[in-house]
Amino acid sequence: MIVDKLEQSLRPPETAMPPYPPKYITLASGEKMVVHQAGREDVPRLLEAIRPLITVEKDFYDIVAARFYAELLGYQRYRVKDEYVLVGTIDGVIVGVVNGRMVDDKVGMSYHTVAIKRGLRIGAQLFAAKMEYHMDYLGQQEVLIVAESPIGYRRWMIEYELESRPSTWHELGGVPTHVLTKALWEKHKPMKCTGRRPVPEEMLEAAKKLILPSEYPQIPGFKR
Amino acid sequence: MRKVGIAGVGHTKFGRAEVSLVDMLALAALEALDDAGIKTTEGHGVDQVFVASMGAGLLNRQSSVASALVDTLNLQPAMAETVENGPASGASAVKLGYMAIASGMCDVVLVVGGELMRVVTGWEATDFVATMLHPDAEYAYGLTLPAFAGMFTRLYMDKYGVTEKDLARVAVKNHEHAMHNPVAHIQLVPSFHAIIEDEDAHVINPYVAEPLRVYDVCPVSDGAAALVLCAMELADRFPKRPVRIAGIGQATDTHVVAERDVPTDLLAVRLAAQRAFAMAGLRPEDIDVAELHDAFTILEIAISEEAGLFPRGEGHLAARRGETRVGGRIPINTSGGLKAKGHPLGATGVSQIVELVRQLRGEAGGRQVEGARHGLAVNFGGFGNNVVTTIVSREE
Repeated sequence: MIVDKLEQSLRPPETAMPPYPPKYITLASGEKMVVHQAGREDVPRLLEAIRPLITVEKDFYDIVAARFYAELLGYQRYRVKDEYVLVGTIDGVIVGVVNGRMVDDKVGMSYHTVAIKRGLRIGAQLFAAKMEYHMDYLGQQEVLIVAESPIGYRRWMIEYELESRPSTWHELGGVPTHVLTKALWEKHKPMKCTGRRPVPEEMLEAAKKLILPSEYPQIPGFKR
Repeated sequence: MRKVGIAGVGHTKFGRAEVSLVDMLALAALEALDDAGIKTTEGHGVDQVFVASMGAGLLNRQSSVASALVDTLNLQPAMAETVENGPASGASAVKLGYMAIASGMCDVVLVVGGELMRVVTGWEATDFVATMLHPDAEYAYGLTLPAFAGMFTRLYMDKYGVTEKDLARVAVKNHEHAMHNPVAHIQLVPSFHAIIEDEDAHVINPYVAEPLRVYDVCPVSDGAAALVLCAMELADRFPKRPVRIAGIGQATDTHVVAERDVPTDLLAVRLAAQRAFAMAGLRPEDIDVAELHDAFTILEIAISEEAGLFPRGEGHLAARRGETRVGGRIPINTSGGLKAKGHPLGATGVSQIVELVRQLRGEAGGRQVEGARHGLAVNFGGFGNNVVTTIVSREE
């Protein structure tokens, strides 16, 4: 029992965070992607979804997936303060995951964006959902963002015209920090963020199944 | 002049290449040589190699690509030249190959087109393509090809009643065709409703250059395509009956688009097509299948009219009626077109003819146009200031 108490003392205090209300988006393929918040109980399944990508060097999936894996464990094991995870699913199958955390009530920190299914701008939609959570639901003024892949740099830093602020430290290390301010969010939100609420009950129930992808386009020949 | 045919075709998978430019060109070339039954050993019989590439020097820091390819393929002492004519480089190289054989100077010519474009960002690729615009009157003002296409589309809409839905129809059709083409870059069929009608469409299919959206614009692709041209009198040397190059036409228009009398007219397309039809002794109604330069969906519609496949202002109506899809009256871009197959600039003109040869040989699989005998390709350079049209025919 003494061990448990010690473990409890390692946990950061938690800030009450309003939940991210689920939404759904019609993708170019016509498929509906549901974006909803994952809980700690979902982490083992998400770890399984992410794990195969840890060995994919192309497009820096390896570093993003490895770090995301650790962050998911940090969330599950109460080693990160005020972390959250959003997941995108199509017919219940996990197609992408994003995460981040609150630094304080005014500042958010984006961690990672992983698109498993490609070619449908799923990463872009999930990133937008993450920013929506920080700005519109957590009520923050700015989000600190770094990119570990050129794709991320193009999608976030350039397309959102993020403010460069290299003097501000981001927990992901020495990657130059960029910032989404409230003003930039309001400017880009209409063309970057979409989706409908509420999600029909049946669609949401399917989303919560969190079915593991059977194929990864990043890993030719992969079969689960 | 001697008659000229196509004895072999080769094509890499368009998309993102994991090899160097010359290796990628070599892969397409080897497939074409193999298709023509030519071994790259002594006595290979290839007299000349033409390589079409617009960006090797600017994007890949490599010049004299044709010389490098000859060496890689061990085709010495074949003559070699690199051909640069913007996005029409591929068809220009085919034209030069045709002339080399027709003149009697060569018997067998290898034509390879290719581009390694994904080494730079999409913005850098767009800027690179824009270098073919007039440096003072256009490029200096930030004009790009998508910008021109956007303005052209708006004018076309106002003049002929083309709608965004008409453009989306072209895109969906070409993506559907590409699903049957294993070398196409994009293997995904967008939903017409999702990309144009759904309330999320403004985000999942955003404007690139209004009124053109993401799904109206071709992707940036790597890729290569190759043809083995031969004198028709030597047809018996090859395992497959060569497809004859029946006609080639080329024409130019003003460099500065603003100097054109009617900005919605693509005069060079019209003249190039007329010349090709005259040379082939054919009419537009004889064409069974066409590959048109749909770098932007509007161009498929406009080119189909200028080439004479439909009356002016009615290309979009034909698309609405389904006449341009496989199974329709005149299937267009059965390969998926630039829109879905991809557009590695130097490769495109060659790739279009590869597709026509496959159609005329009956090798096009799920996208086959039954009984196709005459095919038309339009390769569009600049914003229509240098256009090459090629007509190929199956001879029994």
